[in-house]
Amino acid sequence: MSAYGISLVSIAGINVILAVSLNIISGFCGQISLGHAAFFGAGAYAAALTMIATANVPLALLAALIMGCALGIVVGFASLRVRSDFLAVTTIGVNFLFVGFVRKQGWLGGEMGISGIPATGLGATGNAILIVVLACLAIAFSLYMSRSWMGFAFRAVGEDESAAATLGINAGAYKLAAFGVGTALAGLAGALYTFFTQFITVDSFDFVFSVMLLAMVVIGGVGSTWGVAVAAVGLTLLPEAIRFVNDYRLLVFGGLLVLVIRLAPGGLAALTRNLFARGKQV
Amino acid sequence: MYYIDLAVTGISFGCMYAIMAVGLTLVYGLLRILHIAHAAVFALGAYVTVLVANASGSILLGLIAAIIITPLFGMAIYRLLYEPLLKYRPDVPMVASVGLLVLMQDAFRVLFGEQGVTFRQNSLSFTTFDIAGVNVSAVQIAIIVTTAVVFLGLHLFTTYTRIGVGWRATVSRPQIATSFGIDPIKVRYLNFAIGSALAAVAGGLVALLNNLVDPGIGFVVSYKALAIIVLGGLGSVQGTLVASLVLGLVESYGTIFIGAWLDRDAIAFLALILLLMVRPQGFTGARTV
Repeated sequence: MSAYGISLVSIAGINVILAVSLNIISGFCGQISLGHAAFFGAGAYAAALTMIATANVPLALLAALIMGCALGIVVGFASLRVRSDFLAVTTIGVNFLFVGFVRKQGWLGGEMGISGIPATGLGATGNAILIVVLACLAIAFSLYMSRSWMGFAFRAVGEDESAAATLGINAGAYKLAAFGVGTALAGLAGALYTFFTQFITVDSFDFVFSVMLLAMVVIGGVGSTWGVAVAAVGLTLLPEAIRFVNDYRLLVFGGLLVLVIRLAPGGLAALTRNLFARGKQV
Repeated sequence: MYYIDLAVTGISFGCMYAIMAVGLTLVYGLLRILHIAHAAVFALGAYVTVLVANASGSILLGLIAAIIITPLFGMAIYRLLYEPLLKYRPDVPMVASVGLLVLMQDAFRVLFGEQGVTFRQNSLSFTTFDIAGVNVSAVQIAIIVTTAVVFLGLHLFTTYTRIGVGWRATVSRPQIATSFGIDPIKVRYLNFAIGSALAAVAGGLVALLNNLVDPGIGFVVSYKALAIIVLGGLGSVQGTLVASLVLGLVESYGTIFIGAWLDRDAIAFLALILLLMVRPQGFTGARTV
């Protein structure tokens, strides 16, 4: 496979992990988050610092996981206090706070970012394989979770928090758990991104990217692991596929986003469900 | 004097935020959509202002043209984009809204260039007054006066006219308003028309302030206006005004005192998060949904 192909596979794999992890928070548990890139970034920076200090790959993965999870649980506590759209905008705030903070920190490289991060020693293909394996594990984990008791509790909280509480489900604890799990996976994706680029700047983790991740979840079909994974791959490859329009890429991308939502508001998941239902009728 | 200068900057920024955000508050109050494409309407207002002003030689004519054209665009957004999506989860229309913003921003770049358009004549932006030792530019005064007029006008309109009262009734109790013979669909169009016209006014003023309209002009509106309407209590016009002034002042003083640790946007959002932890429903949100 060409170097271009390998890098596309790597980016698609990372985006799959991010979208699937956001789907756990926003899809399963119903807590709309527009700041997922902040946890991705926290993981990337934690992995970068660990790699520079120790050049130990498993340790960097672990550091990123813990960093994402820790930050996620802090934000999770905010979700106990503010609800729905208030929470969505609070998470935008978390994203801007992360970017604004890192930008002014000399020890995190400030505006210039961190460069010269040691390689993992796996090579570009090895990295890509690691990313694809972890992306598949993330999908498997999400599928398992959605069928587990925890997944049911998440959905109950997402559908109607007070009704769930009446049934004896500790809504607050499950919201914290959803944030903890989802952001830990985002941190992990951050470490993989650091391994892949070996150079990170804070601009890669901005609000615009968070919005793009939420778009993946919505286009895939909120709550559907497969739909979200397919949408993540699709939205990663789309800008490459429409490379021929070159100067009008964003124009076409925005237009397609509007069209897809307008024509399939329930996402890919609802679209395929309807197709099968129609097939059975005929 | 230095602190007073900061206060003047803070208040004029706050007023600017207020007219940027008030249209968004109106849309949210009625439909519960985070209307991110409001930023695109704002940018359209700015472009119409600068293009018509340059063609006709009159800034006032530019602003009037913007106020006429943007409501049509706003109503079209409602009819073609939001109405079919209202029955889905709120993040569905929001993502559609983001798509529209991306599309419009790039359309402006393609049509009018990356560098943007400047005013051929903009005497307003270079005139400054010295009021008791404090430097105030003519555009700052125009922004503060416009904000006062807009908010007073909205207050009078919703209190003393039949249409305004019907509008308010639809926002608070749609079913009961309908049974009193108010057409909720007409109210929605009116809502988008007024919200978009206000966005156009804000766009025109920001264009005059910067003396430049570029494709990225709306970006700041897309997130900061969201912060403001949330802090104001979502759907409250008075709350929006208070939240805008608070954020304007916090940014103005914050960049001086903690600017070494955080940038401007981060300071605003830090204030937002801290205030929301104290008052999770925003300044005026007494209602628990």
